[in-house]
Amino acid sequence: MEAINKHEGKVYPLNRTNVDTDQIIPKQFLKRIERSGFGQFLFFHWRFDDEGMKRADFSLNQPEYDGASILLAGENFGCGSSREHAPWALLDYGFRVIIAPSFADIFYNNALKNGILPIALEEEQVQQWMEQAEQKHFTLAVHLENQEITAPDGSVVSFDIPAHQKDKLLHGLDDIALTLTYQDQIEAYERRMQG
Amino acid sequence: MGKPETLFSKVWKKHVVHGEEGKPNLLYIDLHLVHEVTSPQAFEGLRMNNRKVRRPDRTFATVDHNVPTRNRDVIKDKIAKKQMETLKANCAENDIPLADMHHPDQGIVHVIGPELGLTQPGKTIVCGDSHTSTHGAFGALAFGIGTSEVEHVLATQTLWQDCPKTMNVKVEGELGAGVTAKDLILAIIGKFGVRFGTGYVLEYTGEAIRKLSMEERMTVCNMSIEAGARAGMISPDETTISYLKGRRHVPVGADFDELAQEWLALATDEGAVFDATVTIDAATVEPQVTWGTNPSMCVPVNSTTPALADTSYPEDVQRALDYMGLEESQAITSIEIDHVFIGSCTNSRLGDLRKAAAIVRGKQVNPGVRAIVVPGSFLVKMKAEEEGLDQIFTQAGFEWRDAGCSMCLAMNDDVVPAGGRCASTSNRNFEGRQGNGARTHLVSPEMAAAAAIAGHFVDVRTYAGNVLQEG
Repeated sequence: MEAINKHEGKVYPLNRTNVDTDQIIPKQFLKRIERSGFGQFLFFHWRFDDEGMKRADFSLNQPEYDGASILLAGENFGCGSSREHAPWALLDYGFRVIIAPSFADIFYNNALKNGILPIALEEEQVQQWMEQAEQKHFTLAVHLENQEITAPDGSVVSFDIPAHQKDKLLHGLDDIALTLTYQDQIEAYERRMQG
Repeated sequence: MGKPETLFSKVWKKHVVHGEEGKPNLLYIDLHLVHEVTSPQAFEGLRMNNRKVRRPDRTFATVDHNVPTRNRDVIKDKIAKKQMETLKANCAENDIPLADMHHPDQGIVHVIGPELGLTQPGKTIVCGDSHTSTHGAFGALAFGIGTSEVEHVLATQTLWQDCPKTMNVKVEGELGAGVTAKDLILAIIGKFGVRFGTGYVLEYTGEAIRKLSMEERMTVCNMSIEAGARAGMISPDETTISYLKGRRHVPVGADFDELAQEWLALATDEGAVFDATVTIDAATVEPQVTWGTNPSMCVPVNSTTPALADTSYPEDVQRALDYMGLEESQAITSIEIDHVFIGSCTNSRLGDLRKAAAIVRGKQVNPGVRAIVVPGSFLVKMKAEEEGLDQIFTQAGFEWRDAGCSMCLAMNDDVVPAGGRCASTSNRNFEGRQGNGARTHLVSPEMAAAAAIAGHFVDVRTYAGNVLQEG
């Protein structure tokens, strides 16, 4: 996965709570055996009508949000299914950072595995930025190493992330390679359990 | 005696391969269940890195999400077909046992695991599917994972996990007649919301839980993920032991007796401390119907959709009502349905089918309704047919299908059309879940069966001509 440390980008506000993975990527797109190319299907039924035309009433379709790379959302983002196609679609579409008051557990993990930085912040803070991003072009600058987000007015908000997750994101580490360094312990465990 | 411990804590500790204070633990995985949708990219990842499946003997695969539930010899969906063929090739390449589409063990992964005795108390069980929480009904620690973690388990038979918190979900008292495990779990999620379990492993305790059959316990644990929980568990007891005895992958004779004692010892100790506790009185639970677009949006069948003025999230409620084509304060029994789906990893086991069949016996599906029954596995189907349940359903006008996930998520061609309204025994009523624009109402098998006959929701406890049957 691609490492991430400093990321500055345009913010897209999705002011909905409990956005489930069925909305992030509907089931008809889960049949592909590749990992790539899912961005075109992101929020499919919110973005497109039955004829495949862009829905004017869904804000991600508005040109001012083209190129957005930071997603702001309501609480419990990513609830529902374990499909990793959800972070694949978000990443492929161009989102590297997601900020919400809370995330569903499996989605949070899946996002981290793909180099997406999920940031949980106070609801009030999220709402404040949500309103600003709904009104005008709004950017945020995220600095993972310092665990800080800087707003255009110069205000700085800090965020939490587990140290080991931070480390993996900063270095784009492959989880499996790391775990294989514990091979001896895994083998010892297996012997112990059989004996 | 040491310090009293929870079931979760005992299972967790037993599986720590490597652990440091304040860091995630490397947890050994006893059983990895695999299906066609969330595995192809994981196998591809292994190949790209020249890695092998570490323990094919601890891995078991089936096809369930995509499979047609009729006319299996002709799969029209070429992409789905390729996905299933990919799983077959991946299993062959890595010596992983596979219950393929025509195999007598095929079925929904969360139905066949327990049925074959692969699911056992005290095991750690993972699968690239969020409803893996189902297996917690046996006192296993079972949870859903994404495809990267599927690849990780295939390569290492382990996972890095932060130790979750524990929550005791105490269900006091007894469920009333005609009130089911499905109503209980919906009522719990209705009361505490879709994220009360986030960061926690739930253990369901109390008199009402002890009285549930294993199948009913699976229904409860299955929907733990709908409360946001990492997993749901129930302490093993005699019900657990007698369910497992004689199943294919369970030892026999003295070995079984010894194992059974180990399993019973896993139960949460008297006085063990949970990080949190919530309580619900089973006697207050009534048959539930969801009216909205997440599982917490549910009410008793004899009530109404919410009044906007009474809710703290009027925008969310309005949005859900609009999607569902309902009004505020609308009587649930006034909602007419045109589809009925009895199936899914929540409610497709033999007991579910028996209870639904008892409702429809000798009656006819309402002319405006298309109703299907999709058994959870080939084995469930076969046993149901031995009892003549298929005849009861088909004579009433239901379609009787082959096993799979089917209309729960509509990845195959069992789809509810846009604007269609379905009484469904599945677990998610998200927008578009059963088809783009489709409207889903989650209910118990009994409630779904009664709705199929009436053409609208009815209280199954008082439904005309219905004789409540036990078991």
